[in-house]
Order: sequence, then C-alpha cells, then structure tokens
Amino acid sequence: MARLVVMGGGVSGHTAATFAKKWLGNDHEVVVVTPNSNWNWIPSNIWVGVGQMKKEDVVFPLAPVYAKAGIDYRQAKAVSIHPEGKEGSDKPFITIEYTGQGKEGQTEELEYDYLINATGPKLNFDATPGLGDGNGQLGPHTVSVCTADHAVHASSELKKVFEKAKTEKQKIVVGTGHGMCTCQGAAFEYIFNIEHEARKAGVRDNLDIQWISNESFLGDFGIGGLHIKRGGYAASSKLFAESLFVERGVNWTIGAHVKKVEEGRLEYIQLDGTEGEMEFDFAMLIPPFAGVGLKAYGKDGSDITDTIFAPNGFLKVDADYTPKPYEEWKASDWPRTYQNPTYKNIFACGIAFAPPHLISKPMSAPDGTPINPTPPRTGMPSGIIGKTVAKSIVDLIKHGEGAKLHEASMAEMGAACVASAGKGFKDGTAAALTVYPVVPDFEKYPGIGRDLDYTFGEIGLAGHWIKHILHYMFIYKAQLKPGWTLIPE
Amino acid sequence: MASVDHSIEKHVKAYEPSFETMVPTPFVKFMRTCILWQIIRFIIINIKMLLVVKKSH
Repeated sequence: MARLVVMGGGVSGHTAATFAKKWLGNDHEVVVVTPNSNWNWIPSNIWVGVGQMKKEDVVFPLAPVYAKAGIDYRQAKAVSIHPEGKEGSDKPFITIEYTGQGKEGQTEELEYDYLINATGPKLNFDATPGLGDGNGQLGPHTVSVCTADHAVHASSELKKVFEKAKTEKQKIVVGTGHGMCTCQGAAFEYIFNIEHEARKAGVRDNLDIQWISNESFLGDFGIGGLHIKRGGYAASSKLFAESLFVERGVNWTIGAHVKKVEEGRLEYIQLDGTEGEMEFDFAMLIPPFAGVGLKAYGKDGSDITDTIFAPNGFLKVDADYTPKPYEEWKASDWPRTYQNPTYKNIFACGIAFAPPHLISKPMSAPDGTPINPTPPRTGMPSGIIGKTVAKSIVDLIKHGEGAKLHEASMAEMGAACVASAGKGFKDGTAAALTVYPVVPDFEKYPGIGRDLDYTFGEIGLAGHWIKHILHYMFIYKAQLKPGWTLIPE
Repeated sequence: MASVDHSIEKHVKAYEPSFETMVPTPFVKFMRTCILWQIIRFIIINIKMLLVVKKSH
C-alpha cells in the first residue's frame, strides 16, 4: 500500500486529493494535511466583504467530506520535508504540527511515498510596513478579503463607512498593497462591488473611491493583459478596464508600490519615480504572496531548503528557471508535469509551485523598487493542475516509476474567469472572460500572444448569473456530492 | 420622450485619463441588464466557456 500525502486543502490540494482517492480506491492511502478546519470558496469572499453573503455561505467543514471519501485528514500545518528520510531510515517523511482535532501544538512525523505541495500562499502582509501587524497577520489600518474571516471583518468596517457616508464624505481605497502582488482580480471585484452597494445604499455621492495597483496598465491582471474581438477590432483589455472605471466614477493610480501604511493614510512610489500619498477612511489592500516557509532537510539533518524551494519559498518544478530578459521568455519555460527535478516523488500544484518568471513584463521604479504583478496560479488552472498531478501520481503508484507523467502547461491551457462588478439577480453585473492560453505564447500567436477565437470577454447580468451558479456548483463539487466528477475544474 | 442618461459622461474630464478611453452609451448599458438579451448572452457565454474548458483539459 502506497501513501500519498497532500499538504494543503485549498482548491488545488483538495482537487488532487479527492481525485487521487477516487482513482486509487482503498488499495492505497491518501492523507491531507491542512491547518484549516473549513474549505473556503475564495472567489465568493468579495460578496462576504460587502455583506451580501455570510461566512457560512462560502465555507464548509472538511472533516465529514474527507471521512466520506476515505481520506485521512490531519488538521495540522506542514513544517518540514525530509525527502531522504533520517538516520536509520530511508523512508521520506514530513513533520507536521497539529492545529486542531484536540491535538493542538503536537508534532508528528508522517511518512510518504508521494508528496504534493499544495500549501497555497503565505499572505505576506508584513512585506509592507503597516499593512501587517508585525507577526505575519493583517494589521489594524486596512482590511482584506483573502480569507472568509477577513471578509467578515471587512464587511463590518464597510458598514461603518457607509453609515458615516450618510452625513459626510468618506474616502475608500482598494487595490494592491505592494509592488509584487498578484490577485488584482479580487481587488477589482471588491472595488466594483463596493461601488454597487454604495449606490444601492444611496451613499455613492459621498464616497471618493480610489484604485491603486502595481499593474503598469489597467487590465494587466498579472497576465500581461489580453485582447478581445469587439466591433471588428482586437481590442486591449486596457480599454475595457479603463472604460469600466470611468463609467463607475472610480479614479485609478497604477504602476504603484505601496511603501507604507498608517492609520488613515498610505505612501506609494510609481514606476516613473513619482511619490505620493493617499488618505482613506477604509482601505482593502491585497498583500503579496510568498511560500508558506516550509523547510527541507537531508538525511544528515543538513538544510536543503534551497534545493527544493525557490528563494520566494515556492517549490521548484520542471520549469526553466534560467534567468533571462523578458524578450527571451518562451511558453516552453513553463512547467508541464509539476514534478520536483531533484526528488521525483514530490510534486506541487496551485500557487505552491514556483513559476519560471513573471507573465507581465518586469518593471521597476527609478530607485530599483520592482513594481510588477506576479503570475496568478489560482482558479481554473489551479484545479486542472491539481487533477493532472493526481493522475500522474496514480499512474506512478499503479504502473511503477516508468509511467508517463500527465501534462498541463499554463502556456497551453485556457482559463475562464468571472469577475463580479455587483451582486443582484436583476441589476448585478460581472465581466465574463476566457483567455487562451493563460501564459501568452508569442511564437504561436505573434503580436498578442493568444488565440482570439478562444479569448473573449463581456460585462453584463449574464456574467453575474454565471458567477452565482459557479459559487453553488463548485461548493457542491468540493463536497463530493453525487456527480461531482462531472463538474469540470 | 424618455430622457437620455448622460450620467456616465459626467465622469469624463478633458485631458485627464478618463478622456482617453471609451465609455458605454446608454443603449449598451441598458443591454447589460436587459433580461431577454442577457438570457441569450448567458447561453452564448456558457458555450464559449465550455469550449475553452474542453480545450484546456
């Protein structure tokens, strides 16, 4: 009997673990190690953050689902990987520290035959002074929608601002809290949901809503923007994004790295060296992501973290990590199997794998401060990669080490994305987008890097209906209810 | 005769970034939440998304 250990129970890890268990059956063991007791459908956190959903609507307990699936669930955080075993044993293992199940604080060694790192990101609030509390958590000056609890807090703070806006002007800032952030899409959704709710509450005229982000142009979204066929033209996402901001009366500051956050104000520097500050009564700033800080040790106890992980803490996989300028980047730099090159029984999926480089063009301020979005690895690609990795490991277990690995390169994979711009059955809107491939391939699609027949986008009520249906569909799928495998990632 | 909604144009200011992009006309805005039209778009968008999902798996 082989044992697959999956570190992380988010979209990618949960997908990998549940499919692996379905395909392996009871002949082999699947263990999930995650510090969380709940699964969270993160894309709907923005609706919790504006009070349109409750926390209970976007989370469910993992334990009963894993019990039903026959998956061994450990509510614990992974601490270190020991891919060569230890003195007296060649069996690889990880060390974990329990965060629940009545064993809080206890540590344990967990042996594995195959390991998937799907730990997701560390929300690195402390990368920006004042954005964090100095202990790695969200600081007191801003709010976040990165977790369901953060979103609940954001909603209660937003209510206070709306209440004050009934009688006085209020300033709202939403965007990215550092020059190296990803997930602009979540901030984009949140700012337009705030604007939508403000109109419904009759306080819009008293709100000054500002966008700040590290994108060099609106509509970059960390994927270098995209082009859409419209009116006989292949039009840039910049036009559509700017159009929406103007339509909804939201001003923007882009190419910005937030240097510092204090109570009611922030300081930033832009790509052209301009320095400025913004005052706010309410701010939601996405933090940069980093690896969760896992360590790795050799058989003799030596630190081999640098062998397994990239400097940003994400796991090295079969990508081409050779440093090269933007002009020399190729689609083939991107990983296909997500297997660690040193330890072939270790894989990564979702945000936890180290991308070879950015997707957006690297840029910096005159003082050298890097200001560029980092590559998104969430949503549909995250699920597809998780399932692909599970397939490979199942084949390795069933057919031996010679089994061919399955492939899912982000440079050959599309993504469907629905970005909410306001919730409501009759007056809601969302931008429904597809992009193919996620990572532009300028050799295959010269000029714009993507297939225009499969890359499209439009905003409207239909997009909102789709986003709302997806909310229920993916929670249904994650709960492994009848027919769950028929719902695509 | 119904009045034309110029509420969007009020956000545009000459020689500012808002002046350099396109803005939707009242007709385009109306169609975004027109139930009948959006039912049609719902079907079309779903088909387009399913094609991308199929191509990506």
